[in-house]
Amino acid sequence: MATNEAAPARPAAATDVAATDVAAAAAVVAATTGADTRSGTSVSLRELTRVFGATRALDGMSLDIAPGELVALLGPSGCGKTTALRIVAGFETATSGEVLVDGNDVQGVPAARRDMGMVFQSYSLFPNMSALDNVAFGLRMRKVGASARRNKAGELLEMVGLSAQAAQFPHQLSGGQQQRVALARALAIEPQVLLLDEPLSALDAKVRLQLREQIRTLQQRLGTTTLFVTHDQEEALSMADRVGVMRAGRLEQVAAPDELYDNPATAFVAEFVGTMNRIPGTLGSDGSSVTVLGTTVPVQPGGPSSGAVNALIRPENLTITPAENGNGIVFLRTFLGAVSRITVLLSGDLQVLVDIPSTTAAAMVPGASVAVGIPSSAVHVVPAAG
Amino acid sequence: MAAIGEYAKQGWIRRAISAPPGNPGARVSRSGRFAAWRWVIMIIAGAYFLLPLYSALRFAGVSGFGSVFTTPGFGAALWTSIQISAMTWVITMALMVPTTIYVHLRLPRLRVLLESITILPIVIPPIVLTLGVLQVAPLDLKATMWLLGIEYVILAMPFAYRAIDAGLRSIDLKTLTEAAGNLGAGWFTTIWRVILPNLGTSVLSATVLIVALCLGEFTMASLNLVQTFPVWIVLFDQENAQISTSASILALVVTWLFLMLIVTIGTRRARRTGAGEVTLFTVSANTTTIGES
Repeated sequence: MATNEAAPARPAAATDVAATDVAAAAAVVAATTGADTRSGTSVSLRELTRVFGATRALDGMSLDIAPGELVALLGPSGCGKTTALRIVAGFETATSGEVLVDGNDVQGVPAARRDMGMVFQSYSLFPNMSALDNVAFGLRMRKVGASARRNKAGELLEMVGLSAQAAQFPHQLSGGQQQRVALARALAIEPQVLLLDEPLSALDAKVRLQLREQIRTLQQRLGTTTLFVTHDQEEALSMADRVGVMRAGRLEQVAAPDELYDNPATAFVAEFVGTMNRIPGTLGSDGSSVTVLGTTVPVQPGGPSSGAVNALIRPENLTITPAENGNGIVFLRTFLGAVSRITVLLSGDLQVLVDIPSTTAAAMVPGASVAVGIPSSAVHVVPAAG
Repeated sequence: MAAIGEYAKQGWIRRAISAPPGNPGARVSRSGRFAAWRWVIMIIAGAYFLLPLYSALRFAGVSGFGSVFTTPGFGAALWTSIQISAMTWVITMALMVPTTIYVHLRLPRLRVLLESITILPIVIPPIVLTLGVLQVAPLDLKATMWLLGIEYVILAMPFAYRAIDAGLRSIDLKTLTEAAGNLGAGWFTTIWRVILPNLGTSVLSATVLIVALCLGEFTMASLNLVQTFPVWIVLFDQENAQISTSASILALVVTWLFLMLIVTIGTRRARRTGAGEVTLFTVSANTTTIGES
């Protein structure tokens, strides 16, 4: 539910903030660290293909990430998103295609010299080092003097709110704290690119939510170009400037979260992002229109042009009104705060979800007869068997 | 002894806690019988190990110990053994640590093969090994401690491999390696600063096993004509059996103290960083609770 509400509203604002913040953050970084003012790094993936034996983990994937942008790769497991990230990091090599960082092909540059900070899915802190030493490790590798790197590491721990834990060892920290130290460690080297490989998936829900905001705030403050891999759509939609939905080694669509949600390019994206009802419909003779629940609406291109189909319609786009002899019966009403989700049983044992403002949901008691309708806008259709 | 007693006590407590309230009598008598058997077995096993030691002690007498240190040849033999131990340790570690790490990371399918290869030195009798080596060894190396050290590396390989392999299994090697690489560490730095310190306990296990092996091996040393400590003990036995026996008891005690020291240091460090507990032959991955109890 949070997805439906937060997703469209937030990224629009976030993009604006990012745009003004990038320049400011760059100046801050330069002032506090003495580093060269960095105008931000762009990353381009060009026709990346990676073949493992008989499977194509990546199949000609292309993506451009603008300086300071946070792009999330979203998809089911095995869609190739992690492979893409690992190729950018230098842990895997592409079978063909190239990765350009600020226009330069980085193939052949070992991972250790790519200047990319990475946060891993599993806990990756060095168990033999304190939190502070973990954060300072990358600086030590860059031959930064002992006191300078302690100061810098201390600043970063403060940034993630863990100054008090500086002397503790990883096994003394909670999962969320460990990932925050890992984030500080990745940022300490002032990386050109930040790579996040499902950094939140091992954490419990509450910590995940807090850390999500913390990562996004820091990323915007520092203006670090970031590639973020996740299978959690809520995470992707709430954090990213743009989300790339992947399927079978290819990008199905790359778009801002609200656009992805409102105008999915394909049925796969439509179903993968947000909640979707599948309602049987009858295609018109030329396949350009479909009749669903008695209403005929245009069909989005890309679907089947004949045969039995299901139309994809979001819960908040369905209409529901009390009716004596309606086409459905209210089965369940779930209060979700501002909205209520009504589960309606249509004829043929079909269940659909309808979201309506809670203020208008009073009449929707279980057992009530209702009329469910669809909007007149174009819909995606998928083969009914699938 | 204390540790075993502790363990037995924990067993009782656990059983007492988990015993159903309905019928406590039967449970207690059963666990009591178990405990009795435990002590019988321990006493028999203890006698098996301690009686020979006791008779050796009786035979050597107290006076023998004092004169051990001043006996000619003792110091030189011990020093030779220590040097060979150090040399064997350095070569074995330098060979086995990177090899095992590489196999774990890049060639996991070769692990089975490597495991069987490392069993060979145990299966092949030392005498066959030595004669084989002496056939092909360059003349300059024959009857030197260098050649013996190299032969010991072969003997030490199975122990080192097993200990390091167990250690590598207990850490997330892939992620740690990639994290270090991502932060700019090269291969050597990654092994030295990240992997080895977290193998702490298993490197200690390997060290203990290698040192114990080198200080006690007789057949190879004797065939190679190198007067190591064990060889000296056997030779000197013909001259003065009492002093020789004192020396071997002393060696036993010193080795034992040395091993305890290593284990104590290792455990202390492991507790600090939350790594597995140190035992001589195994590395247990998750022992936070033991460390704290």
